[in-house]
Amino acid sequence: MANGAAQTWWRQIEWRKVGVSLTVVPFLLFAVLFMILPAGSLLIESFRNAQGQWTLANFADMNDPMIIEAYSMSLRISFTTAIIGAIIGLLVAYAVTVGGLPRGIRTAILTFSGVASNFAGVPLAFAFVATLGRTGIITVLLAQLGINLYKNGFSLYSYIGLVIVYVYFQFPLMVLVMTPALDGLRREWREASAILGANTAQYWRHVALPILMPAILAGMVLLFGNAFGAFATAYALTGGTLTMVTNVIAQEMSGDVLHNEALAYALATGMIVIMTITIGTYTVLQRRAERWLRA
Amino acid sequence: MLRRFWPWLWVSLGVLYFFLPIYATFVFSLKAKKGIFSLLAYDKVFADPRFGSSFVFSTQMALLTIFCCMLLLIPTLTVLHLFLRRLRPVVEFVALVPFVIPSVVLVFGYLRVFARPPLSITNSTLGTYGLLLAGYMVLSMPYMYRSIDAGLRAIDLRTLVEASQSLGAGWLTIFVRVIFPNIRVAVLNGSFVTFAIVIGELTMARFLLGNAVAFAPYLAEIGRARAYEPAAITVLSLLMTWGIVMILQLLGRNTSATIAGPR
Repeated sequence: MANGAAQTWWRQIEWRKVGVSLTVVPFLLFAVLFMILPAGSLLIESFRNAQGQWTLANFADMNDPMIIEAYSMSLRISFTTAIIGAIIGLLVAYAVTVGGLPRGIRTAILTFSGVASNFAGVPLAFAFVATLGRTGIITVLLAQLGINLYKNGFSLYSYIGLVIVYVYFQFPLMVLVMTPALDGLRREWREASAILGANTAQYWRHVALPILMPAILAGMVLLFGNAFGAFATAYALTGGTLTMVTNVIAQEMSGDVLHNEALAYALATGMIVIMTITIGTYTVLQRRAERWLRA
Repeated sequence: MLRRFWPWLWVSLGVLYFFLPIYATFVFSLKAKKGIFSLLAYDKVFADPRFGSSFVFSTQMALLTIFCCMLLLIPTLTVLHLFLRRLRPVVEFVALVPFVIPSVVLVFGYLRVFARPPLSITNSTLGTYGLLLAGYMVLSMPYMYRSIDAGLRAIDLRTLVEASQSLGAGWLTIFVRVIFPNIRVAVLNGSFVTFAIVIGELTMARFLLGNAVAFAPYLAEIGRARAYEPAAITVLSLLMTWGIVMILQLLGRNTSATIAGPR
């Protein structure tokens, strides 16, 4: 191939490179058109007012009781379900890895987790209505035992109900994140600690937990993001009546509820910023966590 | 046995959390007739023509999404693996962007950009469906990207391409008859996830098409109007999800931790 004169040779290479590079164009074009442009447009519009002038007023307008309530509800639900999901997920993952349960249980739990972490949205909401709704199986059962949930302030269609439903898809995700990390705990570390005179509590406190910490934090951050962007489950359960950021944006799309379109752009921008921080943190933590997985 | 008390307890609690709602849904779906168990709710579900039509619509969209994603990603990734290794991190980053844009925000952006002048492509049915397809492609991008990338990593791409070329094959032949058959299993993995995402996707379909054209918005609508049919549909859709996961397990790949999809 390189037999030709030097000049023709490099020319040929350049042309080939240009041709090869062109094959990436459709993908980049798609990305720009359907990811960057829509998100970027919201981002830019959030810095402009209805007259098209540049302004920060939209972000100042977010200092409004309804918006603050929406953000605080979204953050609280994400944070609460991340913590609860992480604790349950961690305990289950611990049980099937270090806990020394039969191999079959481990496989079954991991399969369940794969299903449950994807079992979300409309069907999940329906499943919980059938379980803990006003005429749900558990509600009726408890009523027969003399415990009336709905008379004691419980409602599936409220904050506490949404937390219970979210944890359903949150904790299995934690199981999936933590299992490889717990598998990475080597027997030698435990033996070495024992030889140096550490008891079980000291081993966990000074060896295992510090090693697991990046993975645990990564899992919690992932769970947080998982809940923060969620919309369908809450929509199917509450019909979008709960004041959450996703619901406010959705209502704005169905009809002008904020009476200020630019404010909705600012809300959306806030979501993208929070999600970017979340996924960025997750990526960094996950990289740290994987350091111990390399044998 | 006593030493294993705590692990067993945690696993039992986890399993209980997992199965109780499923069990309750199943029982609930059989209670449409007062006092006895019956399949009445299921009969009603199947009797509603919109159940079938919305399911068929979403299935078609899912298959179209999978096909278009492969068409877009396989050539791109092949070229990246063979010639443009330095561009790979860029494309990898782009494929992760869907994770940071919640679907509500994404569809909001679509309405902002495409539903008003000068583009106004949502004025025609075809334009709206096209936009929905693009949205679905974005939502499934991380999964399709990951599975195709893993497939290409696992084969000796350069040798295969050079061997095909020396036998006189053009690029179309190489893609269709050499590369695709070799990464088929890996691509199948991402395809199943994509299928599940599109079938269960509410947000995009709800705000681009309104209620009752696609499967999930139709479900949400019935959920507000009826008591027992939603439970029946949940049981049906759960059976389908189980089927998909079983196939994935048979393909020998563990389900990995992911956060997109029909939340």
